[in-house]
Amino acid sequence: MSERGTPAGAGAAREPLLSVQDLQKHFPVTKGLLKRQVGAVKAVDGISFDVVKGETLGLVGESGCGKTTTGRLITRLIEPTGGKISFEGHDITHMSQGRLRPLRRDMQMIFQDPYSSLNPRHTVGAIVGAPFRIQGIQTEQGTKKAVQEILEMVGLNPEHYNRYPHEFSGGQRQRIGIARTLALKPKLIIADEPVSALDVSIQAQVVNLLEDLQDELDLTYVVIAHDLSVVRHISDRVAVMYLGKIVELADRKSLYESPMHPYTNALLSAVPVPDVKRRKERDRIRLLGDVPSPLNPPPACRFHTRCWKAQEICSQVEPPLLALASGHQVACHFPENAPASGDAGKAPAATDGNGTQEEAAPGEGAPTSS
Amino acid sequence: MTAPLDPTAPAVVAAPSGLPAGTIQGRSLGQIAWMRLKRDKVAMGGAVVVVLLILIAIFAPVLVGWFGHPPNEFHQEMIDPSTMTPKGGTGISGDFLFGVEPLNGRDIFSRVLYGARISLLIAFFATLLSVVIGTVMGVVAGFFGGWVDTLISRAMDAFLAFPLLVFSLALIGVLAQFETSLAVKGDTLRILLLIFVIGFFNWPYIGRIIRGQTLSLREREFVDAARSLGARGPYILFREILPNLIAPVLIYATLLIPTNVLFEAALSFLGVGIPAPTATWGGMLSDAVKYYTVPHFMFFPGMAIFITVLAFNLFGDGLRDALDPKSSR
Repeated sequence: MSERGTPAGAGAAREPLLSVQDLQKHFPVTKGLLKRQVGAVKAVDGISFDVVKGETLGLVGESGCGKTTTGRLITRLIEPTGGKISFEGHDITHMSQGRLRPLRRDMQMIFQDPYSSLNPRHTVGAIVGAPFRIQGIQTEQGTKKAVQEILEMVGLNPEHYNRYPHEFSGGQRQRIGIARTLALKPKLIIADEPVSALDVSIQAQVVNLLEDLQDELDLTYVVIAHDLSVVRHISDRVAVMYLGKIVELADRKSLYESPMHPYTNALLSAVPVPDVKRRKERDRIRLLGDVPSPLNPPPACRFHTRCWKAQEICSQVEPPLLALASGHQVACHFPENAPASGDAGKAPAATDGNGTQEEAAPGEGAPTSS
Repeated sequence: MTAPLDPTAPAVVAAPSGLPAGTIQGRSLGQIAWMRLKRDKVAMGGAVVVVLLILIAIFAPVLVGWFGHPPNEFHQEMIDPSTMTPKGGTGISGDFLFGVEPLNGRDIFSRVLYGARISLLIAFFATLLSVVIGTVMGVVAGFFGGWVDTLISRAMDAFLAFPLLVFSLALIGVLAQFETSLAVKGDTLRILLLIFVIGFFNWPYIGRIIRGQTLSLREREFVDAARSLGARGPYILFREILPNLIAPVLIYATLLIPTNVLFEAALSFLGVGIPAPTATWGGMLSDAVKYYTVPHFMFFPGMAIFITVLAFNLFGDGLRDALDPKSSR
C-alpha cells in the first residue's frame, strides 16, 4: 500500500467513517421450558474505536474473544445489546433493516469460509451480480458487463461468468467473494478472517489483492484476523481484543515494536519465527491456563487471571483504555514498553486514583520466559 | 478443491476443450449429478424399469388390447368346473400370458397391468402431497425457528405417533356410509381418499429432513452474505435456500414412492383399498391367499410389487449418491 502508516494524529482530525462507542453484545443463556435467562455470554463487552477513511484497522485476538461478533455487529447481521455504531454520521445501532438497506451499499463484508460463503447452486455471475439485483441497481451496460469487469478486477477470468463455485479453488472462491463485496463500490469493507481458510501461499495473494484494491478504489477496511503476521502486513492500526474488550489499540508500528499490554506481548511472542537461529534468541511468553469463559469473565482487568504482572489492583479496578503515547491506547495498570519519559508510569496510576501502586514502571523484560 | 467432485473433475476440464475457444461453459451441480448418475449402472437399471412401469401404467388399455383381455371379463371356459381352478393348473398360454384367476377366469396379465395404474397413481400423488406439505412445513419450521419451529416439530411428532393403519381402516369404513351423499363416488372417491390418507400422514418424514437441511443452510455464510447485501426474507428463502433443497426433496420423494406403493398394497390387501372388481395388486394378493394351490395367482401381482419397489429404491439410492456425494464419502 502506498500510503502506509497513516499517522493516527492526522487521522483523528478527520471525520471517522465508522465510529463504534461502547459496543456490547450479550448473548442470553436460557434454561428450562420458559426460557428463563440464567446468564449472558458477554461476547463483546464495551468496545470503542474509530475507523477513518482510507485506513485499515486490524482486529486481532484469540478464538472466542469477540472479533467476529464485532464484525457482525458493525454490519448489523446481529443486533447490538448496547453502545452505538455510527457509519458516515448515521447512527445505525438499531436502525431497521429497511432503512439500513441503502446504507449497506457502502458497507460490505468479506466472509471467512470461501466454501460456505458462496451458494453452490448459483453461477459466479449470479453470485457477483446478486448485489445489483438485491439493491435494485441498474448498470449502464447491464449487470453482466459490470460483473465481468469486477471479476477482472479481482484477477478472475471474466469468461468464468457461467461457472459454478465448486469449479474453483479456495483462493479463487475467496476472490469471487471479494468481487461480490466490491460490486456496489462500498466505502467500508469488514473482512472477517479473509484469508484464514486459505493456504499460506494463497493468503499472500489475497492479502495483496485486498491492498491493491484499497489503493485503486479508496477502500477502508476493518480486517478481523487471528494471524498477527497478516494483520501486520495489511493494517495501519491494530486493535487487540481479549474476552470482548479492546486491550490495546495502536499504530501498527508502535504495536508491533513496542507492545504495551502484557497480552499483546504474549501474543507477539507466539508468532512463529521462521529463522531457526533467531528463534532461540527470543523469549517466548507462555500464558498459563485457558481463556476464561465469557459467560463469567474475571472482574476488573479480564486478563489478570493469566497475567504475570497482575497485582491486587488488577482484580479490583478495571484499567481504562488510555492513550499512553501518541495514538497508542492501552488498558493496563502496569504497561510494558511505556514511553521512556517519566509520565508513562504515572499516567495509569493517576487515572485509577490509586497512588500506592508505584512499582508499575519497571515492566521491561520481566515476563516469565521459558 | 472440492473433494466430492474429484471423480468428475477430468470430465469438467475436458468438456470445455470441445467447445469453441473463448467460451467457457460451467457445469451446474445438476449436470454433474446427471453425469454421475449415468455411470451408476444399477441406478440406471432402476430408472429404466421405473420408466417402463410408468409407460405400462399409462398405456395399459392399449397393451391389454394387444396381448390380453379386458380386466374384468370372466372366462369360465378356462376354469375346471370340478375344482374351480384354471384348466391345466395355471392357464398360462399365448392367449393368457400370466394365466387366469381361479373361480372366474379373469386374465391375470390384464389385471396386473391395470393394477399398476392404481398403484402408481396413488403412490405418485400421495408422495406429491407428502412432499408439498413436508417441504413447506419443514422450510417454515427451519427458516423461522422459534415457536413456529416448536409448533411444527410437535405436530410432526403427533403425526408420526398417529395409528395410521387403524385410522385409515376406520375412515374408509365411515366414509362408505356417506358415499351416496358425496360429490365423488366409487373408485374415484377411494383413490382420492387413499392419496389423502397416505400422503397426509407421511409428510413428517420428509418435513423433518427438510427442516434439518433448512436449519443448516440458514447458518451458512452465503445467507449472511445475502443479508449483509440487504436481501429480504423472501429473497433468502427462495433464491438462496430453496435451490439447495431440490436435491434432498427429489431424493426423498423417489424413496417415498416405493413405501407408498407398499402401503397402498397393504391397505388394498386389508380390504380398505379400491373395492372389487377394480384390479389392484394388493387386492389380487388378498384374493390369492384363498387359492394357495394356484401359486401363479399370487406370484404375478407379488412380483409386480416387488419389481416396482426395488426399481424405485435402486433409482432413489443412485439419485442420492449422484446428488449428494457427501453421503457416500
